Amino acid sequence: MQLKRLAQFTVRKLIRLVLLLIAVSLFSFVLVSLSPVDPINAYVGAEMLQIGPEQRQLIAERWGLDQPMITRFWLWLQQLGSGNLGTSMIFNQPVGTVIANRFQVSLQMLAIAWLLSGLLGLGLGVLAGAYEGRWIDRTIRFYAYILASSPTFWMALLLLIIFSVTLKLTPICCAAPPGVLATDVTLGQRIHHLILPAVTLSIIGVASIALHTRQKLIEVLNSDYVLFARAQGETLWGIIRHHGLRNILLPAITLQFASLSELFGGAVLAEQVFAYPGLGEATVQAALRSDVPLLVGIVFFSALFVYIGNTIADLTYQIIDPRIRIGGL
Amino acid sequence: MTAQAVTPTAVSKRARLWNRRQRTLAAIGACALLLITLVFGSWLIGDAGLNPVLTQRNQPPSLAHPFGTDWLGRDMLSRSLHGMSLSIQVGLLAASFSAVIGTGLGMIAGSFGGKIDAVITWIVDVFFSLPHLVLLIMIAFALGGGTKGVIVAVALTHWTNLARIVRAEVLQINSSNYVQLSHRLGHSPFWIAYHHMLPHVFPQVLVGLILLFPHAILHEAALSFIGIGLSPHTPAIGIILAEAMRHLSTGYWWLGVLPGLLLLLAVKAFDSLGENLRVLIDPKTSQL
Repeated sequence: MQLKRLAQFTVRKLIRLVLLLIAVSLFSFVLVSLSPVDPINAYVGAEMLQIGPEQRQLIAERWGLDQPMITRFWLWLQQLGSGNLGTSMIFNQPVGTVIANRFQVSLQMLAIAWLLSGLLGLGLGVLAGAYEGRWIDRTIRFYAYILASSPTFWMALLLLIIFSVTLKLTPICCAAPPGVLATDVTLGQRIHHLILPAVTLSIIGVASIALHTRQKLIEVLNSDYVLFARAQGETLWGIIRHHGLRNILLPAITLQFASLSELFGGAVLAEQVFAYPGLGEATVQAALRSDVPLLVGIVFFSALFVYIGNTIADLTYQIIDPRIRIGGL
Repeated sequence: MTAQAVTPTAVSKRARLWNRRQRTLAAIGACALLLITLVFGSWLIGDAGLNPVLTQRNQPPSLAHPFGTDWLGRDMLSRSLHGMSLSIQVGLLAASFSAVIGTGLGMIAGSFGGKIDAVITWIVDVFFSLPHLVLLIMIAFALGGGTKGVIVAVALTHWTNLARIVRAEVLQINSSNYVQLSHRLGHSPFWIAYHHMLPHVFPQVLVGLILLFPHAILHEAALSFIGIGLSPHTPAIGIILAEAMRHLSTGYWWLGVLPGLLLLLAVKAFDSLGENLRVLIDPKTSQL
């Protein structure tokens, strides 16, 4: 029975994923077709003046640009289906390889930022909820209120000015010291370089989860069962441990997995400021230098990334809360 | 009753000064005033501070130049004010388009239901499953960047939340007795949407629109900062911050810190304006 439900769950999720990817591909195809970026000009680049109209015609025929839009979409979809995302023009490598390399660099930073903001947000939220109305609660709420809408790139600039320029504690750019071969970079150097981008992303990510946790904990603390526990002589921290955490954890985890989308967007900005050569920086490069295959590849990848995050959130429900069964989803 | 109840003395101390409604109104007034100053302030001060004065390069903040001067001797305060004004205008325009799309689609989805509703809900889901910034970059890129690219990109990506809210609201009203009766009387869905839904949904849309502004402004600034937004020759706030980044290692901290603070202030003012208006408009909280 359990197995059958799990299979149903997986099939449903897969169908949704396929539908999503089809929508994303249609969307990107229409956008790119509408864009004023001429694929032949973008491909030829600086040698534009050296080729005549006949040669342009030949390239257009070879690429199928003379076909109607639907045929082109279908041809492109077939290529995508067989796993061919095309070749990135600025890196001169297959798009899949570029994304894989870049994502590896970003992944450490994203993982640290994600864990840090989750734990810190949960901790601050519990603290604020437990001491509701006191100065500690007010401080945390003020912090979250300001941070919730401060621009990521400005926060990154601020941290760079404080820690790299003034205090000279952290490096000013990149993922490794200049002049060192990629193979020679030590783990310490790598951590040294990714700490500031990761901290930037996590101090911004803290705000929403802290506020949600606080709200939820206050709800729990005002419930009848907590009143009863208090009457029995349970301490505040005992109540939080035995009654609070279980109820808080579920929305916090959902929120944290749902924040993957914003984390990805934040990484684009943070990597730009810190010149950190991750996927976010590649996104900006692709857009600025009209590398359509790479940009479309990243759009696909980010959709997949966010989707996987949401699916994991759905799955963790069942581990934490036995009341929710797979069949109910 | 609960732990959150404020002690009676604190309440009376506050009540003596102003009641809650007055405080809400005061907050709305203050935020509106600040934002109007930010938008129109640049007209009042004129272009005087924008001309390069090479004798006064790279000055730290002082009384004459509260935000300091840049590497060409331009006054950073007037540059930031001009930039902020431009960013707010672009944000307002884009957010307004977005609100129209969101309200329209939300009302269509809620009124017609069935397949149309399913399709619109699915489109909203698709939009939610892509990182916002990646979507913005993609659309701005496809339109060739520039002011038009930013406005269209922001307008096309910010309507989803509002559409959800409006749809839920319309669904709720649709099941009420007077709308059911209206259907029986033979009024068309458009007639009902215009006469029964719109007045009900309007306050929500207004608050939703104002709460869209901060997002729109932040995203406009982010796109310009990356370099796919407004052209580098316009003094938009994102451009100013991107320039500041290049002069970072020289220790001229005021180039980046103070314009960013202004941006944060503007965003917070819109936020606070929207939240306070919500308190005032929502019948559940307006009488407190």
